[in-house]
Amino acid sequence: MQDFVQLWVYLSATPLFGLTVTLAVYVLAHAAYVRLGHAAWANPVPWSVATLAVLLLASGTPYPTYFSGAQFIHFLLGPAVVAMAWPLWQRREELRRRWGAILVAALAGGATASLSAVAIGWALGLPRDLVASLATKSVTAPVAMGIAERIGGIPALAAVFAVLTGMIGAVGGKYLFDLIGVKPMVARGFALGTCAHGLGAARALQVDADAGAYASLALGVQVVLASLLMPLIFKFLF
Amino acid sequence: MALLRGLTLLLIAQALGEALVRLTHAPLPGPVLGLLLMLAALRWAPLRETVQPAAEGLLGHLSLLFVPVGVGVMTHLHLVGEFGGRLLLVVVLSTGLGLAVTAWVLRAFLAREGRR
Repeated sequence: MQDFVQLWVYLSATPLFGLTVTLAVYVLAHAAYVRLGHAAWANPVPWSVATLAVLLLASGTPYPTYFSGAQFIHFLLGPAVVAMAWPLWQRREELRRRWGAILVAALAGGATASLSAVAIGWALGLPRDLVASLATKSVTAPVAMGIAERIGGIPALAAVFAVLTGMIGAVGGKYLFDLIGVKPMVARGFALGTCAHGLGAARALQVDADAGAYASLALGVQVVLASLLMPLIFKFLF
Repeated sequence: MALLRGLTLLLIAQALGEALVRLTHAPLPGPVLGLLLMLAALRWAPLRETVQPAAEGLLGHLSLLFVPVGVGVMTHLHLVGEFGGRLLLVVVLSTGLGLAVTAWVLRAFLAREGRR
């Protein structure tokens, strides 16, 4: 038993632990998601996050120890943002033909998601730095962190809110669209990419090819629009 | 090997983006400028063939990349305790509103296109 404890203390402090446990939990959660026929509520991200958080808290592993390993996965978010050029390039004809519709929908939806978060947060009496961290919640996590830093938010919190938003959009989007009667897959996918960034787009890609393509397009457009416009708009608000 | 070359190109574009942002104080995160540089460079066919497998590989597992940051919620449990209900309300309502508005606007444009 003593040996086992020592072994655990050693292993849990190496970067190997954070990386391995993240991949293992995600692979299991993803297998369950596939087995459940890609049901929206079985999305592997919220289940992996919850499982890992409980594991770390129960074993008394501090987050920085975990992150020393998980950072190798986290790091790939940067090149993944650059990789979003690929779906944009693939859909360049669509972009050229429908640029007006795409721009208006992305601006209207992105502004609604961000400004309503700020307005509701203010109305509920949340502190200023929390509200500023909520403003970027519909932008993909690595970009949200960069913008939040510029507008007086807390980057780490902005990333958590972005992931939470992505999970809620990916899980709840289908039910919401059914409820409000939006049927075209193109519109559903585009909305998921605009308001629930990478996690919404990942969900759309699994459900339908058209929805996935428009979600990837929206994701790329939103990243560029939000980085350019949000610091300008929120400079006057915060 | 193709995967490795593609990843290298993505990283070079990101590094160029980061460097240009530092030099010019452009109001963009480095990776976003990297995206724009990459988009311009994709006009070149040999580059496309190299970038495609790496880009599709990364974007195909995009969900996984958000997990480490998501777990970071455990370091903010005091905020969850104090503001958790209100934060969840803000995120759920604003995400729902945003999704509905985006989908409605695009559907309206598509319908107009269909009538023409």
